[in-house]
Amino acid sequence: MKLIFERSVEGRNLTLLPKCDVETAALPEGLARTSALNLPEVGECDISRHYTELAKGAHGVNDGFYPLGSCTMKYNPKVNEQAAALPGFADIHPLQSVETVQGALKSLVLAEELFGEITGMDNVSFQPAAGAHGEFTGIMLIKAYHESRGDSKRTKIIVPDSAHGTNPASANMAGYTIVSIPSNEEGCVDLEKLKAAVGDDTAGLMLTNPNTVGVFDKNILEITKIVHDAGGLNYYDGANLNAVMGVARPGDMGFDVVHLNLHKTFSTPHGGGGPGSGAVGCKSILTPFLPLPRAIRNGDKYELLTKNETSFGRVKEFYGNYLVVIKALTYVLTLGAEGIREAAQIAVLNANYMMNGLKDAYEMAYPGFCMHEFVMTLEGMKKEYGVSAMDVAKSLIDHGIHPPTMYFPLIVHEALMIEPTETESKETLDEAIEALCAIASEAKSNPEAVISAPHTTPISRPDEVGAARNPKLRYEF
Amino acid sequence: MGSYIQSTKAQQQEMLQKIGCKSIEELFSNVPSDVALTRPLNIPEGMSEVEVMQYMQDMADENTVFKTVLRGAGAYRHYIPAIVKSVVTKEEFVTAYTPYQAEMSQGILQSIFEYQTMICSLTGMDVSNASVYDGASAAAEAVAMCRERKRAKAFVSACSNPDVIETIKTYCSGNGMSVELIPEKDGVTDLEALKSMLCDDLACVYIAQPNYYGIFENLEEASEITHSIGAKLIAGCNPIALSIIKTPFEAGADIAVGEGQPLGMPLSFGGPYLGFMAATNAMMRKLPGRIVGETVDHDGRRAYVLTLQAREQHIRREKASSNICSNQAHCALTAAVYMSAMGADGMKEVATQSMSKAHYLKSKLESIGFESVYDKPFFHEFVTTGGKMGAKKALEALEKNGILGGLLLDDDKILWCATEVVTKKEIDKAVAVLEEVGK
Amino acid sequence: MNIPSELKFTRSHEWLKDLGNGTFEIGISDFAQHELGDLVFVNLPQEGDAITADEPFADVESVKAVSDIYSPVSATVTEINEEVLDAPESINSNAYEAWFVRVENVTETAELLSAEEYEAFLNEEA
Repeated sequence: MKLIFERSVEGRNLTLLPKCDVETAALPEGLARTSALNLPEVGECDISRHYTELAKGAHGVNDGFYPLGSCTMKYNPKVNEQAAALPGFADIHPLQSVETVQGALKSLVLAEELFGEITGMDNVSFQPAAGAHGEFTGIMLIKAYHESRGDSKRTKIIVPDSAHGTNPASANMAGYTIVSIPSNEEGCVDLEKLKAAVGDDTAGLMLTNPNTVGVFDKNILEITKIVHDAGGLNYYDGANLNAVMGVARPGDMGFDVVHLNLHKTFSTPHGGGGPGSGAVGCKSILTPFLPLPRAIRNGDKYELLTKNETSFGRVKEFYGNYLVVIKALTYVLTLGAEGIREAAQIAVLNANYMMNGLKDAYEMAYPGFCMHEFVMTLEGMKKEYGVSAMDVAKSLIDHGIHPPTMYFPLIVHEALMIEPTETESKETLDEAIEALCAIASEAKSNPEAVISAPHTTPISRPDEVGAARNPKLRYEF
Repeated sequence: MGSYIQSTKAQQQEMLQKIGCKSIEELFSNVPSDVALTRPLNIPEGMSEVEVMQYMQDMADENTVFKTVLRGAGAYRHYIPAIVKSVVTKEEFVTAYTPYQAEMSQGILQSIFEYQTMICSLTGMDVSNASVYDGASAAAEAVAMCRERKRAKAFVSACSNPDVIETIKTYCSGNGMSVELIPEKDGVTDLEALKSMLCDDLACVYIAQPNYYGIFENLEEASEITHSIGAKLIAGCNPIALSIIKTPFEAGADIAVGEGQPLGMPLSFGGPYLGFMAATNAMMRKLPGRIVGETVDHDGRRAYVLTLQAREQHIRREKASSNICSNQAHCALTAAVYMSAMGADGMKEVATQSMSKAHYLKSKLESIGFESVYDKPFFHEFVTTGGKMGAKKALEALEKNGILGGLLLDDDKILWCATEVVTKKEIDKAVAVLEEVGK
Repeated sequence: MNIPSELKFTRSHEWLKDLGNGTFEIGISDFAQHELGDLVFVNLPQEGDAITADEPFADVESVKAVSDIYSPVSATVTEINEEVLDAPESINSNAYEAWFVRVENVTETAELLSAEEYEAFLNEEA
């Protein structure tokens, strides 16, 4: 594929702006740009065809099954996009007077109420732009809480070794030391290890439940109590909320603060890596520390709370990725109470159906029922036939299926983590099961074919070592 | 109620049977009864598509979309070419995940590589990442990049956007860096004060160009002062202005960051926007977030991959200096298509027209008694007094006439903005409204 | 397995070479580079830094992993090897030429193994 710069022809352009209807202002002496501004010189047809070609080299949920564990690649409803594109949302300035954005403030307050109810939390901030940003925000809330009590000895955040990499990184960004605790043989929190780890230096615990191996930790109340008894707070990583929304709420499990990935659980599209939204919900004890400004209801009017001495600050401009919140809000309003619960139930049913269909061909890391996702270990396959998790994943591409998450969680060797989501039909699941079983038998009969996959893509496996050793990060004109 | 579940009840029964389960509830047996929700969620019943669209439309209608916008302060209404909207709504781009699987993501990866190249062109810097959340978090991440073992202090110009200052402070209160403001003098950063503040543990200086008041700073002098004690200079940039003013690289900056919203993104009540980050080669390994690099595949064909990943949280975990995981890929795509559509000449035209209209607006306002607060060269924003009737009244009068006036700053000051989409006629009308009220 | 007899080793697979005059070189063993795979980047301390026995003083990156490198001694860094910074692949091609740092003022030493002991240790681990 040509780069857009390689399509450039000197003198070609689009006609977009009218002539300037006022006198031209000049830049002060010495301030003008002297270096060339290298941008492509292309026509509209060039642009259209270029990006159509690039789009063909992309694979979205619209293109096929996307069973990426932990990422909840569910279908992205089109009505959400239509709602977010309404000029009344898309074309309003963030600094308009509150009288002229009553609808926008109302949408934020309504979203706060709905997501608060779904998570069992009292308040929600939509300022964080993504899951990791939400984690940082949540941990800063915990920090502000302890500091407000003059409790400065709490310097540690406990994170299980099965956690997403963002958990320890977020706690580190907030200035905490990370205590990693090993999981037990079921992939759950080891209560004894947790008890040994907590103390008067514990600021909090970060946990995903169901956890990253797809198991709901049934000791959850005991776990959160151990942390509370030690004076710490409990942080819920909402990455896996899709398994339990409407069924169980983090707020009822003993969690004090939670982040949601609206781009996972609440169906907003991933956009090739963003924008997302990492809404943060908290119990009322943490509300005074939330980032500002916050939309609030005052009688039948809506206002912006902009000043509050106890807020820990701001993590982003304005109010967050607002249009993403509108999409998620549209989704929740569409599904309603019953639909939300049903989504979780079918997500779990679909995962168990796939797990069951694959259990003869693949070794499950944690046999038994799973929640919305499950982890397989290909350690045996690798030892016996030399075929790795990566090879099976790449081979799936030839079947038109996006690979599952691989090599995560770190506690499972040669891991493949599959999350089908509720929006996939039985037929799609059957096809995927069939494809994975076919790959498993090919791994035995003709391992070389699997190891050299994919065979149907525009490129074969790229040289990542070369890319990292000699970084080439832009086109040279 | 709406639903996106495709399997029928009969299929669900069939699936349960296959698993060897009597009911779906059985699959949730691990959820202890004392945490399971025993009542329905207290949220409204679901809606049909028609109902939900009507509901959202009604809510949208409670907002005022101004035909004329003379307010910026970090969010700018520019013209968005039709081709931009057409390209970015392509569903492959919209519904794709992060391009970790290079073989089936070359389109996304190449679009980011092209974006990185354009950001390097615009800023003059050597390397760009694939973008971060917004301009404020880009500034905060840039400050964190400059931290060294013996340098943990950041100086931030008081003439920066307040959201940027607050975000930098938040990030620094987390990672333990200290932040001090460089005072303002006559609408620009007081560089004499900066000189007197210099200290050995200074990691970096952040200055916006143009600054929050729209005024051009002396970035070159700031660079000399900052580098004199071995600290780094971070330039906060307006991407439209960059097409006509000296690049941050030419001015001596080590890192250039900014809010990319003006590059084709609608106002959207503040988001999603785009944080761009570019740096010199020397800082490359400290750039946070995703970066796309060019390489070859096993058959020697050109290919693109996410690279330098060992800097990132999913590998470095608690040792990563940033936790950032996502980028604003779709917004980066938007910016790249916008810059392709505009081209260098178009970008310069947008910048020049915006600047010209702002200068016209200022002269008209001055003619009816709105005094200029700072008499300094500016780009497309400037500050005036509130005129005869006072700032608040002036802005209310404009609002009543469908015009979003400038932003009310403290002390009866207004921060105005004009972009290329504002016509002379609109400016004349706004001024006429103010003149009428002032009588 | 290449294990030069004149070097001392740690159980975390670093080597220490006595250059005389109180100067030592530190690097990672051939076994270590093999386990780590293709290295793409190295983070080294700065000249003048104090490093501590049994504590990380550097790290190496492959495409998908970062690994700490532990110091065999407590000492002061007098020189860093710019070549491994520029070409980390030199560690893969010759682990015993590609030293990371040179140190002086050794005040403390971690438990070190001779070449034979290290070889026995590797056999035990296998």
